[in-house]
Amino acid sequence: MSVLVVAEHDNSKLKTFSLNAINAASKIDTDIHVLVAGSKCENVCKEVAAVPLVKKVLQSDSSNYENYLAENLTPLVVKLAEKYTHITVSANTFGKNFMPRVAALLDVSQISDIIKVNDPDTFVRPIYAGNAFATIKSNDKKKCITIRPTSFDPAPSSGGSAPIEKIDAVDIPNISKFIKREETKSERPELGTARIVVSGGRGMQSGENFKLINAIADKLNAAVGASRAAVDAGYISNDHQVGQTGKVVVPDLYIAVGISGAIQHLAGMKESKVIVAINKDGEAPIFSIADYGLEADLFEALPQFLEELNKLNTIQK
Amino acid sequence: MKILVAVKRVIDYNVQIRVKEDGTGVQTDNVKMSTNPPDDNAVEEAVKLKESGKAKEVIAITVGEEKAQETVRKALAVGADRGIHVKADNYIEPLGIAKILKKVIEKEKPDIVLMGKQAIDDDCNQTGQMLSSLLGWSQGTFASKIEVKDKSMQITREVDEGLETIEINLPAIVTCDLRLNEPRYASLPNIMKAKKKPIEQLIAKDLGVDISNRIQQLKVEEPPKRKGGVKVANVAELVSKLKNEAKVI
Repeated sequence: MSVLVVAEHDNSKLKTFSLNAINAASKIDTDIHVLVAGSKCENVCKEVAAVPLVKKVLQSDSSNYENYLAENLTPLVVKLAEKYTHITVSANTFGKNFMPRVAALLDVSQISDIIKVNDPDTFVRPIYAGNAFATIKSNDKKKCITIRPTSFDPAPSSGGSAPIEKIDAVDIPNISKFIKREETKSERPELGTARIVVSGGRGMQSGENFKLINAIADKLNAAVGASRAAVDAGYISNDHQVGQTGKVVVPDLYIAVGISGAIQHLAGMKESKVIVAINKDGEAPIFSIADYGLEADLFEALPQFLEELNKLNTIQK
Repeated sequence: MKILVAVKRVIDYNVQIRVKEDGTGVQTDNVKMSTNPPDDNAVEEAVKLKESGKAKEVIAITVGEEKAQETVRKALAVGADRGIHVKADNYIEPLGIAKILKKVIEKEKPDIVLMGKQAIDDDCNQTGQMLSSLLGWSQGTFASKIEVKDKSMQITREVDEGLETIEINLPAIVTCDLRLNEPRYASLPNIMKAKKKPIEQLIAKDLGVDISNRIQQLKVEEPPKRKGGVKVANVAELVSKLKNEAKVI
C-alpha cells in the first residue's frame, strides 16, 4: 500500500491544511508520497520534503498547473494514481474541485470528507450537515478520498528530508482558462486555522456593523467568521462563511454574535472547544450548544465586551 | 442552446435529522422531502437563461424512486419545458448517478448541464465533477455568477480564498452555489400547467451502465451530543468565565 497526497499551495507556500491531510494519510499507511503540481513551485517542494512523515515529493512544474484548474490537474493525478492504493487531498474547494474527476476516470466511488480512518478500507464521515456520522467501507481497489482537515492535527513540518522527484507534466485538454482571483487580504489569522473565531450573523444588520466584530477579533487575535445569512445579505464576503457549505472551523473559542444557530451553521462550528453565543433572542437554538450564553442586545454587549477585554492585563495569543 | 438541469429529492433542509436506532440510516418515513436547495438555484438559472433568449429548451432530470418526480414537476412549474425521471428504487452513489446522466446527455445533447454543488443529504459534492470528467467536458463548480457567451461561459466561483473567475468552453457542467440567484416560487396557474408538461420515464437498471455501489454503509450513528452550558448574566461574567474557567483568553 502507498498513499498519494495532493498538496494544496499557492506556488510559493504550502497551505497548512496539506499538513493535516498528510497526518490523516499516515493513519492509512506510512508510505506517503506528496504531489506538488504547480508553476515555479520549488519552495513548496522544499517545505513538503521537510515534513518527516513524507517519503517522497513528486514535483510537476508547468504553467498549466499554476491555477490548479481541475481539468488540467486531473490527467496528471490519474496517471500517477496507477502506483497508489489511496489518492487523497484535503476536503476544501481545491480538493473538492478535482478529486471527483479523478475518481470518475478511475471508476472509483469517492469517499468525501472523512473525519476518521478506522483502517485502510473503513472511514467515518459526517452526513446530513454533521447530524449523523456514517462508518463506511470502500470495496474499490483504489480509493479516492477527501479529508476534512480540521478533524486531524497538522503533521509536524520540520526535520524531514524526503527526496524530490521531478515528474513530467501531462497533456491538458485546453477547455478551461483561469481569468482572475479576488482574495480577501487580511492581517488576521486564517479562518480555518485560527485559535479564536468571532462570527456575526443576520443580527449584525449591516456590513458597517461588522466593525464591532472586527474590533473584538483584533483584540483577541481572532479570525472573523459569518453565517450564510450575513454573507447572503452582503455584510461580508463569502470566504468568511462558516457552515455546511462554507468552512468548517474547530477553534478553541468560537464566539457567535447575532447568529440564531440554523443546523447548516452549526455543521461548521459545533466541534469548537468552547462556544459563546451572544443573542437577544433567548430561545435561539445557538444557546442549546453554547458553553456560555449571553442573552443581550449585541450593540450593547460588543462594546462592553471590548471594554472588559481592554481591562485584562494579558490576553493569550 | 439546450440546458439540462439535474435535481435531487432530499430531506427538507429544515427537518431535524433523526438517526434510526438500529444504525442503518436516518428516519425518512413521514419526513418532509424537498428539492435539494442548490438544485433550486440551478433550475432558476436555467429558466433565466431561457427567458433571456440564450436557451431554447430546459429539461429537468432526476434519478430516484417514484416520488422523486415531484422535484421534476416543481422544476416544470417554474419554467422547465419537459422532464425526465430515471427510476431507481435504491440509493445510487454519485458515480452511478454521473453515469446515468452521461447516458441521457449522449442522447439529449445539451450545451450546458446545471445542478447544485452539493446534496444536503449525503454531502458528497461529487456528481457534477464526475459527470464532467466522464464526458471530457469543462466544469465550473461552486458558481455564484454565470455569464453565457457563444462558445464559452464565464463563471465566478466561490472558493476558500474568495472569488475566482474562469472561462470554460461549451459544452460544460456547472454546479451552483446558493448565492447564484434567488429561486422563484411557482404560481398556482403554473403549477397547474406543469401537470400537463411531459415527464419521460426511464429505468436506471435498463440503461446499460454500471450503477453498482462500491461503498458499504456499516453504521450510521448520532454524533456526540454537545451539552448546552450556562447562561451568563452580563459581559463581565462572560469575560471572567472565559479567562478563569475556560481559560481560552
